[in-house]
Amino acid sequence: MKRDRLRHGFVPGMAALVFCVVAGVASAAPLQDKGSAAKPHAADAPERQFAVPTPPFTPGIFPCSECHKEMKPNPTRRTLTEEHTNIVLNHAQGQRWCLDCHDISNRDKLRLVSGEKIGFGESFRLCGQCHGDKYRDWKVGVHGKRTGMWNGEKQYLLCVHCHNPHDPRYKPIPPMPPPTRPENVK
Amino acid sequence: MPNRESRDNPAFRMSRRKMMKGVAAVLGALALPDKDASASVWESFFQKNFREMSKPELEKVLARLEKEYSKTYGKAVKVRATPHIEGVSYGYGLDLSRCIGCRRCVYGCVQENNQSRDPQIHYIRVLQLDKERGVDLEHAEHYYNPSKVPEKGHFYMPVQCHQCENPPCVKVCPVQATWKERDGIVVVDYNWCIGCRYCIAACPYGARHFNWKKAGLPAAEMNPETHYLGNRPRPVGVVEKCTFCIQRVRNTPGRYPACVEVCPVGARKFGNLLDPESEIRYIIENKRVFILKEDLNTRPKFYYFYAT
Ligand code: HEC
Ligand code: HEC
Ligand code: HEC
Ligand code: HEC
Repeated sequence: MKRDRLRHGFVPGMAALVFCVVAGVASAAPLQDKGSAAKPHAADAPERQFAVPTPPFTPGIFPCSECHKEMKPNPTRRTLTEEHTNIVLNHAQGQRWCLDCHDISNRDKLRLVSGEKIGFGESFRLCGQCHGDKYRDWKVGVHGKRTGMWNGEKQYLLCVHCHNPHDPRYKPIPPMPPPTRPENVK
Repeated sequence: MPNRESRDNPAFRMSRRKMMKGVAAVLGALALPDKDASASVWESFFQKNFREMSKPELEKVLARLEKEYSKTYGKAVKVRATPHIEGVSYGYGLDLSRCIGCRRCVYGCVQENNQSRDPQIHYIRVLQLDKERGVDLEHAEHYYNPSKVPEKGHFYMPVQCHQCENPPCVKVCPVQATWKERDGIVVVDYNWCIGCRYCIAACPYGARHFNWKKAGLPAAEMNPETHYLGNRPRPVGVVEKCTFCIQRVRNTPGRYPACVEVCPVGARKFGNLLDPESEIRYIIENKRVFILKEDLNTRPKFYYFYAT
């Protein structure tokens, strides 16, 4: 917590309240421990279920095993020519290959460094391995986006709804029209 | 509470009619309904200020408005007056390190809040700024229109009502037609506003807008879920503004404001400043936060921040 934030016009009555709240305690006290002073913020919460929409697959591509269970996995780094030719890695590609993220034996799963296999609905955990800061912010709804109710149930967009995992830079989009200039208002 | 004070203040009791007659005489445009006006026009003319109405009076007014709007727009229009939620003070966060200036928020807001399409009224203005200059409003450009955004070397800063804790617009209103609600939302009673536009001049954020003409609002696009102090159709000659989508956020559970919902990059954040678990509190406690024109002591509840 930065001291200088005090200067940023925060409602004084509330300041006391805000600054006594423990921000960023690393201990993993259980989430339901409501009201305890040393309660960690949700960003520090142990893994829990996040409601997410279905992953944004190209229609027809999932389950991957439809093709892959019949195929011999090929761990060689190469240019794909028969299938997935549109996938060109532009994401720390020097160090990495498809099978660092996709499980070699069960193509319907992603794979964490720990060896744990996870479903595509949890791909944020994969990204979180290398982008811990973004993952932390995502969990509290600050990076990325939550939809639903501000004081009720929320859904989280997956990282891959906004970032193509193979080429993750956010792509520019056309803007909506500018406002009418005052001189053009009838 | 300023609300209380103003209610007990004799000035507040001053008849708006008297005030209006004075103003009208000066302008030479007496605003009394003409002699063949319908009963509902007369009823609305004698309607009290929102904050002075008893529950039955308010219910009558809401019913009258629902009938009127439903007829005009050819669909069942709801006009609610949902009160504030106890223990809630709304705060808004805008992540300048994410916003790409796409203006989806501008049009999402127009749709939700029944603004006039033509003549155009936008509650949100997106400024394009130079990364080199930083937040330098003198050099802001809001008519930018490249084929794609974001453009190199620029960042974007949307501006809308900051729901000030200390709102200058409220202070200058001669008839108390605008005030700050207990949850911090600054609202306008469109039936009480006399259209003097002092508040527009007083607002340092350019967040208030005047209805010069009948709203160009196609019936098919009219959002029938409305709030008396929010997105209900406004009469000509009054001032309107962002209310954090009062018609959405005052419910339990309540939806996010339309601009938050529509933002494709997730730059817009909203929540309860009094709830330590809310995303807005996390931002204030953990990110680099600033408010616009801090030196004016308006104390906005609209926080710009940098997530990275
Ligand atoms: C950084 C980890 C990562 C790497 C490296 C990676 N992928 Fe992926 N890939 C993912 C994730 C996560 C998804 C899930 C996207 C989603 O949920 O829609 C995915 C989705 C896919 C899909 C489905 C795409 C679609 O159109 O819906 C295919 C096919 C695929 N990957 C193949 C590959 C191939 C081939 C490579 C190597 C050239 C590769 N991936 C490298 C993480 C990775
Ligand atoms: C239509 C059949 C088909 C589907 C569906 C399919 N693949 Fe493939 N995949 C292939 C073929 C064929 C290759 C080999 C391409 C080559 O060598 O040029 C391949 C190669 C790969 C590779 C490179 C490593 C290897 O074993 O050759 C990865 C990783 C991969 N697929 C992931 C996926 C994922 C993840 C999905 C589901 C999201 C998926 N595939 C769905 C046909 C398919
Ligand atoms: C094994 C580590 C690793 C994993 C797993 C990983 N990333 Fe990355 N990512 C990197 C590195 C290293 C960079 C910076 C180098 C680069 O941009 O190529 C990066 C860059 C990025 C960038 C910035 C790109 C830019 O050019 O601005 C985004 C966005 C991103 N990753 C998103 C993701 C998402 C989403 C996932 C999960 C699908 C993910 N990453 C998984 C290592 C990883
Ligand atoms: C609602 C869309 C959205 C979601 C969801 C999202 N991001 Fe981002 N992310 C963005 C935008 C927009 C940027 C900034 C654009 C840019 O600079 O490329 C960004 C930037 C990044 C960067 C680049 C570094 C930086 O600081 O600018 C990384 C890394 C990243 N995101 C990782 C993630 C990870 C990991 C997740 C999931 C845990 C995630 N994002 C979820 C929209 C999103």
